[in-house]
Amino acid sequence: MAGSTTSVTTSSMKFTPLNLGRWLVWSLFAILLIIAPLVFNKGASLSLLCQMGTVMIFGLSYNMLLGQGGMLSFGHAVYSGLGAFFAIHAMNLASAGTLPIPVTLIPLVGGVFGMLFGVLFGYVTTKKSGTTFSMITLGIVELVFACSLMFPDFFGGEGGISTNRVMGKPVFGITYGPQIQVYYLIAFWLFISTVGMYAFTQTPLGRIINAVRDNPERVEFIGYDTQWVRYLTLILSAFFAGISGGLSAINFEIVTAENVSAVRSGAILLFTFIGGVGFFFGPLIGAVVGVFLTVLLSDFTKAWQLYLGVFFIIIVMYAPGGIASILMMNVRLMVYRRFGKVAPRLALMVAATLVACVGAVMIIEMLYHFTLDSANGSTMSLFGATVDTAAPGGWMIALALVAAGALLFWRGKPAFRRAWDEANLEIEEVIRKEHA
Amino acid sequence: MSAYAVELNNVRKSFGKSEIIRGATLQVPKGERYAIIGPNGAGKSTLFNLISGRFGVTSGDILLNGRSIVGLKPFEINRQGLSRSFQITNIFHRLTVYENLRCAVLWSLGYKYSFWHRLNGLRDAHERAEAVLEQIGLRRRRNTAAGLLTYAEQRALEIGITIAGGADVILLDEPTAGMSRSESDNAVELIRRVTKGKTLLMVEHDMSVVFGLADKIAVVVYGEVIACDTPANIRGNAKVQEAYLGGHAPAEVDA
Repeated sequence: MAGSTTSVTTSSMKFTPLNLGRWLVWSLFAILLIIAPLVFNKGASLSLLCQMGTVMIFGLSYNMLLGQGGMLSFGHAVYSGLGAFFAIHAMNLASAGTLPIPVTLIPLVGGVFGMLFGVLFGYVTTKKSGTTFSMITLGIVELVFACSLMFPDFFGGEGGISTNRVMGKPVFGITYGPQIQVYYLIAFWLFISTVGMYAFTQTPLGRIINAVRDNPERVEFIGYDTQWVRYLTLILSAFFAGISGGLSAINFEIVTAENVSAVRSGAILLFTFIGGVGFFFGPLIGAVVGVFLTVLLSDFTKAWQLYLGVFFIIIVMYAPGGIASILMMNVRLMVYRRFGKVAPRLALMVAATLVACVGAVMIIEMLYHFTLDSANGSTMSLFGATVDTAAPGGWMIALALVAAGALLFWRGKPAFRRAWDEANLEIEEVIRKEHA
Repeated sequence: MSAYAVELNNVRKSFGKSEIIRGATLQVPKGERYAIIGPNGAGKSTLFNLISGRFGVTSGDILLNGRSIVGLKPFEINRQGLSRSFQITNIFHRLTVYENLRCAVLWSLGYKYSFWHRLNGLRDAHERAEAVLEQIGLRRRRNTAAGLLTYAEQRALEIGITIAGGADVILLDEPTAGMSRSESDNAVELIRRVTKGKTLLMVEHDMSVVFGLADKIAVVVYGEVIACDTPANIRGNAKVQEAYLGGHAPAEVDA
């Protein structure tokens, strides 16, 4: 979705690379959604894709607050989670025959209830902005989480509420029994929601919330009540969060108190930031990376949270625009035909980083094995090789890799910097001439 | 309707124990250009903040077109047709120049909090933003992020945002502060152009700007308006000379 960046970001971010028609971009997005399960058809990849889809909607809705409105919420899972609870109860009522609503429209139930709680809680949280807003959202999410354990009839206590998404007569042969049907349901709602949220950025309210982010005081002097602007935006954002909650209820057929927790809220903050808050499509990338790291990586290593945390810190410190901004800066180089100049040096930097990372991962994995798993013997399998954590050999190799990677990085960095800065200066010169 | 655009009646404002504005009274007739001058700390900017609703008054009354605006919020006062600029540039730095201006016209065109209009489909907002862009001479910088403009350009944009909504009472807080001579000459021309037919109230230190623009000058000293008259009379006013000019008129005033 390269052409759909919002025009509301800082200079390096404000860039529409290819003059693609909007239709082309959206068609590509639709085709991508359709063929994704055909390409990734091995093992658990379908369930991964389903999770990514729901997290994408959640992330995009979160970015309406963070990226577009400058509102750092610590409690966004309240809206998706409560939406999910109402959706799952609606499903149970539907399968009992008391509520005539098809599974296809269940996400809408989640959305409506997410929005209702947005109306309720948002009125309190958006009274203030900045740090105070963040603190109140944290208070609300703790409150809702505490309530979820106090009302087991509705929230299902520790075990949560479960359901069966296969109900009623099949419509056009769709039962939502097979996972692939659920995938296409999620893809459908993802597409609709993405279009909806993108459209929001192109409306008067969508632009004024950007103005509120940049300078709330001035907005008051051009006729707008900033609190009302934040409030309305939050309600709309809660609606889309609720849709994602409804989809996850269908996907997992279970909703627990974890769905409304601060942990879940923190996760979406992490993913969205990693993806990039400055671009509309940043959260889509964030969802892919986030689901990969949390779902896939956790199967391979106990240290996955450490990796996620370190990755997040590196992004915050060195690429605050997220993966999306790194991507777009390189796309810009390609469009202006400067990428060739930078590419060899960039490749060297990437190679150096990879070498150091392999070393660092070895050290971390060996440490974990040494301290937690040594009862089962000191040998472990690492990158396909057998390593003895009690012997110095493996440690030496790991340290050597880190050292070599780091050395290569520091030696190559100045040249890379020069090439990078030079290319970007040239591009800015070209742009200036185009405008003049 | 009142003949005055802005009226201050015995306005007082205290911050804690210190009284900053001590019974200021001033009437600005519609369509006239008034400059407020006074020594540092006299309360000129505070007066602006009171009129525009940034601060609430401690006592006294402020009327806009004959109606009291005491206790109203800044956006409510703005909706009644009063718009202000700031001494310290106050723009939307991550938005482009064009977007800054388009934001500033949306409310006055009645789009309010709409999330059902397509922004790029609003011809009137587009045309008005483009017109203001032309007026303030920043057409060349249309698609530049406001935060990347030069200081003088940002000051011009500041004025552009202030007038874009079409308010008929304009408050400018030191519009030429920190500008070079040629820049401030341009700014005077710009202000004259964009405030034609409107009521203008401005705080200004630069005497050549004051004497070039103002129909009348109000002198504020220690939170009171001690005189309000035509530039020529102010120049000869003994009270003003004593209190403000310390008996020595600056070179520009003599000239």
